[in-house]
Amino acid sequence: MAEAGRTVAEAPATTAAPRSFELRHLGLFVALALLVAVGLVTRPAAFATADNLVSILSLAATIGVITVGATFVIIGGGIDLSVGAVMALASVWATTVATQEFGPVVMAICAILVGTGAGLVNGLLVAYGRLVPFIATLAMLVAARGLAQRMSDRRTQLVRPDNQAIVDLATTRVLGVPLLVYVFALVVVLGWILLNRTTFGRRTYAVGGNPEAARLAGIDVRRHTMLLYALSGLCCGIAAILIMARTTTGSSTHGDLYELDAIAAVIIGGTLLTGGRGTIVGSILGLLIFTIITNLFILNGLNTSDQLIAKGLIIVVAVLLQRRNLKERTP
Amino acid sequence: MLVMRGIVKQFPGVRALDGVDLDVRAGEVHCLLGQNGAGKSTLIKVLAGAHRPDEGTIELNGVPAAPASPVDAIRLGIATIYQELDLVDGLTVADNIFLGHEHARLGFTDRRAANRAAGEVLARLGHPEIRPSTEVGRLPPAAKQIVSMARALSREARLIVMDEPSAALAHDEVANLFRIIRDLTARGVAVVYISHRMEEIREIGDRVTVLKDGRTIAVGLPARDTPTSEIVSLMTGRDVEYVFPPRASRPPGEEVLRVEDLSSPGAFAGVSFSVRAGEIVGLAGLVGSGRSEILEAVYGARRATGHVRVGGRPVRRAGLLQSVRRDGPLRALRRGGVVESVRLGMGLAPEERKAQALLLDQSVTANITLGGLSGFARLGWLDRARERAEATRLAEALDIRPRDPERPVKTLSGGNQQKAVLARWLLGGRRLLLLDEPTRGVDVGARAELYTVIRRLAEDGIGVLLVSSEVPEVLGLADRVLVLREGTVIHQGDARGLDEHRVLDMIMNGRAA
Repeated sequence: MAEAGRTVAEAPATTAAPRSFELRHLGLFVALALLVAVGLVTRPAAFATADNLVSILSLAATIGVITVGATFVIIGGGIDLSVGAVMALASVWATTVATQEFGPVVMAICAILVGTGAGLVNGLLVAYGRLVPFIATLAMLVAARGLAQRMSDRRTQLVRPDNQAIVDLATTRVLGVPLLVYVFALVVVLGWILLNRTTFGRRTYAVGGNPEAARLAGIDVRRHTMLLYALSGLCCGIAAILIMARTTTGSSTHGDLYELDAIAAVIIGGTLLTGGRGTIVGSILGLLIFTIITNLFILNGLNTSDQLIAKGLIIVVAVLLQRRNLKERTP
Repeated sequence: MLVMRGIVKQFPGVRALDGVDLDVRAGEVHCLLGQNGAGKSTLIKVLAGAHRPDEGTIELNGVPAAPASPVDAIRLGIATIYQELDLVDGLTVADNIFLGHEHARLGFTDRRAANRAAGEVLARLGHPEIRPSTEVGRLPPAAKQIVSMARALSREARLIVMDEPSAALAHDEVANLFRIIRDLTARGVAVVYISHRMEEIREIGDRVTVLKDGRTIAVGLPARDTPTSEIVSLMTGRDVEYVFPPRASRPPGEEVLRVEDLSSPGAFAGVSFSVRAGEIVGLAGLVGSGRSEILEAVYGARRATGHVRVGGRPVRRAGLLQSVRRDGPLRALRRGGVVESVRLGMGLAPEERKAQALLLDQSVTANITLGGLSGFARLGWLDRARERAEATRLAEALDIRPRDPERPVKTLSGGNQQKAVLARWLLGGRRLLLLDEPTRGVDVGARAELYTVIRRLAEDGIGVLLVSSEVPEVLGLADRVLVLREGTVIHQGDARGLDEHRVLDMIMNGRAA
């Protein structure tokens, strides 16, 4: 009888949830606009320059690629804490003397394979080993960092001059924008298509939103979960290429705390940590908000500690606002 | 001691309790009887303070007392032992018994005092062997029941409500339970006892109150002398009119499902039956009789041994375990075989619609196409126009309202949500549908519609295996009926040869007709 009550209670629905792109992300756009306004007011000369814009995008590119992967994992009901460490490992592996012998293409492939491989291990542990995602990827975080230190002997490995093609990603500009920003844009577009236009994307929402329903509908939930972590790893591999380009090095210290930035961007973007809901666009907007804050603090010569405090506040405010939104829609 | 008068509890759209009276005397065992959905659970939740009644009065020992919260109920001396035990597995026996009223000084728990007191209570219950320092998660179900009982006792409860306490117990443990109940009542504690087993009610009960459709039908019947037939007729003969579509005119076609000797330890054993194309086969039985578990096993969502054939083909499952058994190798149906079941043309509408079937945030379209996504995709690329067109067609065929396939499914009524689940399985040539409680939480008007839809599916040549707690539903909708009791099939036959009374008799008394 109680069940009957609850079901019928939800029957008199008023309006469907706003589904249009603009409405869903309105809050994020407003926040972004406010930050831009702050930039224009405080540092009118420095903020609105093409150079500064490019530097914001370059800064965002590496974490941005990782954020795309993290969005998939989180919509699928998981979490990947190992992203920063896996990226570091991929960058180290790709810059070892042995790998560098084979030239830039092999280095890139190496980074991608290492990233995907680490992600696959995460996926196997979570999906088939039934480890809690938090724990499995935490273990990977620690272990991948350790392996990266072993491989590099804790030394920063330079990209050799004859493999300059990697670094060209950061230095070559097309229409005034470095290539790595195009890579970032491409990953975002591909991620968006994968999430919104393919069975894989649809199943990601299903697996994260209601794994039991997905299983009983005939979806191989475990295989899908595994693939999600592999995808996240793949993104880390791509991010490793970008970080090698930007810093001209592979290092076990790359990507420290990237996992937190990526997760924060995803959350600010409106993706539920419980899974089943979220968007790529939201995550990217969330990330841009974060990056612009960093940029503003640097331009204004403010303390980096204050910057962390500001970021913390933004996460809390964003989530509180979203929860209010959610309540309004589902009375 | 306890007097409830005219209790009304309204949930939006449903009157769960519609004027219930209950009188319980000190020192008696008062049995509460009624079919599923009669309002028993709601009533005990009112007593436990979990629901507040909309109308009516409750008096305890002549003083008006309406428990406003579970804490309040405990303070009033009312303790409830739920069917699903509400114990914390990670805590010790003593911790569980005194949860909420710990032996403590200035916030520091006094473990030794708690263990001693817990030991005393357990000894009083005749179970000194349960050690107070054991973790509750390690105890067998029967012992957990005792711990639950000890908790009620330790709170000096004057009224203990027991919701099907014997369901998890073996025969000799039931005897011990009864000994404890007699000991309690001898000391003036009143017990409200809910059970479906007539023989228990005869043995332990003093008086019986019968509920039907949220109303009290009979008060204070003598538990020992009232004939079973009288009680059963009180429970049946409902006011709700069921409108069933006429049965199939054509004889059923070829066999789509054959189940042989299907067993799952602790759930059911030795179940054999078949379903033909165009036929609706109903499983009747109480909660816990193995109905839903059989569906899950057939669907490959639960471990079981035995043989399952779909459309004449044995169900092969990748990486199958060959279970080694003394009486020869048996096929072990593995959990996780669902993917293949779906490929073979099975579909399941599970019991918990929201928890097991729907993506509540997603649109009607996304929910309908979930089971057959690859049908709309080439190399993983979704043809969204075709997907939407097909979903719209099905939504119209099943008359899902409102007619907006982009609407989140959570904004639909229960009946329309269920139709969305059914529509999912109309994609891509299903031959066998497994329906678990298809009308749960669906209001009366929408039920008739669902019945028509289900019958029409059968007319289209799909085999349907139906589980329902409501006997009239099984009898009215199914062509053939299997009656289950405690994991075994006790009757199998044509639905037209049975009536509600006889089926209830079989379910409750275990007598095969």
